[in-house]
Amino acid sequence: MAPERTEQPDVAERVDPDRPWVTIVWNDPINLMSYVTYVFCKLFGYSREKATALMLDVHHKGRATVSSGSREQMENDVSRLHTAGLWATLSQD
Amino acid sequence: MIAALEAEEAQLLRLLATDLKALLAEADSDKPPKDPLEQLTGISEAAPEPPTDPALARLLPDGYRDDPEAAAELRRLTDTDIREAKQHSASQLLDTLPEDGGRVKLGEDDVVAWTAALNDLRLVLGTRLEVTEETEPFGGLAPDDPAAAPYAVYHWLTGLQDELVNALLQ
Repeated sequence: MAPERTEQPDVAERVDPDRPWVTIVWNDPINLMSYVTYVFCKLFGYSREKATALMLDVHHKGRATVSSGSREQMENDVSRLHTAGLWATLSQD
Repeated sequence: MIAALEAEEAQLLRLLATDLKALLAEADSDKPPKDPLEQLTGISEAAPEPPTDPALARLLPDGYRDDPEAAAELRRLTDTDIREAKQHSASQLLDTLPEDGGRVKLGEDDVVAWTAALNDLRLVLGTRLEVTEETEPFGGLAPDDPAAAPYAVYHWLTGLQDELVNALLQ
């Protein structure tokens, strides 16, 4: 079990290996809603419903977390999303 | 699926996709020749600089929002692969594009490549035109205004891409 962090949260945030990383897709005015849905289905194997819900989150809220996991996995997801033309970044949750 | 293109539309796509490939190859020419390891792995020793051209920067964004160092390292690992994947899609579009327009039968793999290439074309043109979600088909200009032409092209690319994506989503 991970110890509670009571001191030096900045340092702990950077080194805690248990906190998952996330891939975030940001809204942009060019990518089509249909295309973003298609990319989420294709890259992540999400159902049409889940992909559409994530796309709508991107569209209405400006961003959506589309996957989580290890840093390496998220770097891979971000690079696949960039290859598809979506604007994505990874960060620690 | 069957795509039908006018001769001018095919010509326009050929021009745009050729330009896109050149744009993606551009920054590479500033770099010294690849060393053997880089040729083998596609990973360069030094991190490539983020593109200064806003359109190219939109095609190759940073993977980290607030960590330039990590973004540079990720760019070092992935820049070549992403450029090559995008160039590959553009090449596949060019290879399957009918010379003088007309009807062309595209397999699913072709539709996937066309969709990706059209998206990159729209990212480049849309960034150059600084489009927003409210941008009108002719950029708010009269349809016969010469300055409206690139907006009309952008709008046409959007329609074509949407058609292909909807075929893939079926």
